[in-house]
Amino acid sequence: MHPALWISKTGLDAAQTDVAVVSNNLANASTIGFKKDRAVFEDLLYQNINQPGGRSSADTELPSGLMLGAGSKVVATQKTHTQGNLLTTENALDMSIQGRGFFEIQMPDGSSSYTRNGQFTLNDQGQMVTPGAGFVLQPVITLPPDAQQVTISQDGEVSAQLRGQAEPQVLGQINLADFINPAGLQPLGQNLYAETAVSGAPVQGVPGLEGLGTLAQGTLETSNVNVTEELVNLIESQRLYEMNSKVISSVDQMLGQVIQQL
Amino acid sequence: MDKLLYIAASGANQDLLATSVRANNLANAQTNGFKAQLEQARAMPAYGEGLPSRVFSMTESPANNYEGGAMITTDRPLDVAIQGEGWFAVQTPEGGEALTRNGNFTMTAEGALQDTKGNLVLGENGPVFLPVPIQNVTIAGDGTISTRLQGAPENAIEDVGRLKLVNPDLDSIKRREDGLFELKTGGFSEQDITVGVRSGMLEGSNVNAVEEMVQMISLQRHYEMQVKVMNKADQLSMRGNMLLRMI
Repeated sequence: MHPALWISKTGLDAAQTDVAVVSNNLANASTIGFKKDRAVFEDLLYQNINQPGGRSSADTELPSGLMLGAGSKVVATQKTHTQGNLLTTENALDMSIQGRGFFEIQMPDGSSSYTRNGQFTLNDQGQMVTPGAGFVLQPVITLPPDAQQVTISQDGEVSAQLRGQAEPQVLGQINLADFINPAGLQPLGQNLYAETAVSGAPVQGVPGLEGLGTLAQGTLETSNVNVTEELVNLIESQRLYEMNSKVISSVDQMLGQVIQQL
Repeated sequence: MDKLLYIAASGANQDLLATSVRANNLANAQTNGFKAQLEQARAMPAYGEGLPSRVFSMTESPANNYEGGAMITTDRPLDVAIQGEGWFAVQTPEGGEALTRNGNFTMTAEGALQDTKGNLVLGENGPVFLPVPIQNVTIAGDGTISTRLQGAPENAIEDVGRLKLVNPDLDSIKRREDGLFELKTGGFSEQDITVGVRSGMLEGSNVNAVEEMVQMISLQRHYEMQVKVMNKADQLSMRGNMLLRMI
């Protein structure tokens, strides 16, 4: 069939994918620690119909050729790891990372995943775990049952006031992991990311040292989705979709006319 | 049968090719750094015996529209847009040089700067490699890349090179089959220090959607006219046949 139909179809597909990316961003506009995605468009391969510079006679060359593009495609979704806004919650187990770094979370299969979401709760053994699935924060911080007031310092030291003791007791140290290329991390859902070949290996460190961010207790990092920007993207994608479908109906009319007239 | 039919058919066929060019432009209306293709028809005379009326048409894409696209603010440090004229140079998989206006760069785990197709971005002296681990990276207006290593003091800014920005004559470049551009003669282009960039921005597609739609309508109507002529050729020969039948 006519190539324009397929070319416009790729345009429709790409616009549709973009709408999906935008709607996912909007749906996560209030997800703590969420980093927005953006769809990266690329043009597909070109087909040489008439080679430019081909011979038109013994002494002359064709001044221009005809190259037909095959449409467009969404080749990647890129996470933008900019800092979200801070939200004060006054909850002792809420933390946000100010700067670079991720909390390391142990998955049930023993592997590590990483998150920027600092909403932690306790499980039945008093360990700090993620609020949804209850995966354990690494290194493990266990709060004794008689802990009164938990304090997390800027550099990740967790201490608690125990009942009947004047001196606060140090319970552990929260370390952060950082990656050379955070945009290369693979999002797993549940606010978690997994290491990939392109992200580089995790580098653990103490918060506030060696370029890692500091921790702020009682605050959370909101999603970095800019709602206005997403709505503008949505309008653009919708119109792009409409225009590509218009091309399809145009070509359809052209072909229909041939069938009727001849 | 009269050659009129073939001339009209060639016109209709070329209109369909031209439609594909327009459809590709519209499909890429959201592709960053995309340059719209222009399309035109050329007369191809094929005179034979009798009246010199046999002129076929041929669609060609004589040039690309190199106008700048709209600037989109992204605030991502590795997004770079060229101000005015100029191109980024990237290394093709074969080791040659290709040109692009899409400054959506990413960094690999080894610190190599890549474009969205995975080609290495060229600097003044070959591909750009950033030292890792990196705290932040800044690309200045002249393409100079400076970084601060992770954990380094605030004033320990290190220059790691400069993007290769080139500005060849637009008549001397052509589109490659993967959508990048290259010199018609092949080879490497000269660095041009007058090309300026802006980081945290991307250049959108320069496709003018309204123009493409209007061209589409015009092509569609032109195509209908060709079909009409084909129809007329059919009627003419039908009349001829009827004439014979009467005798």
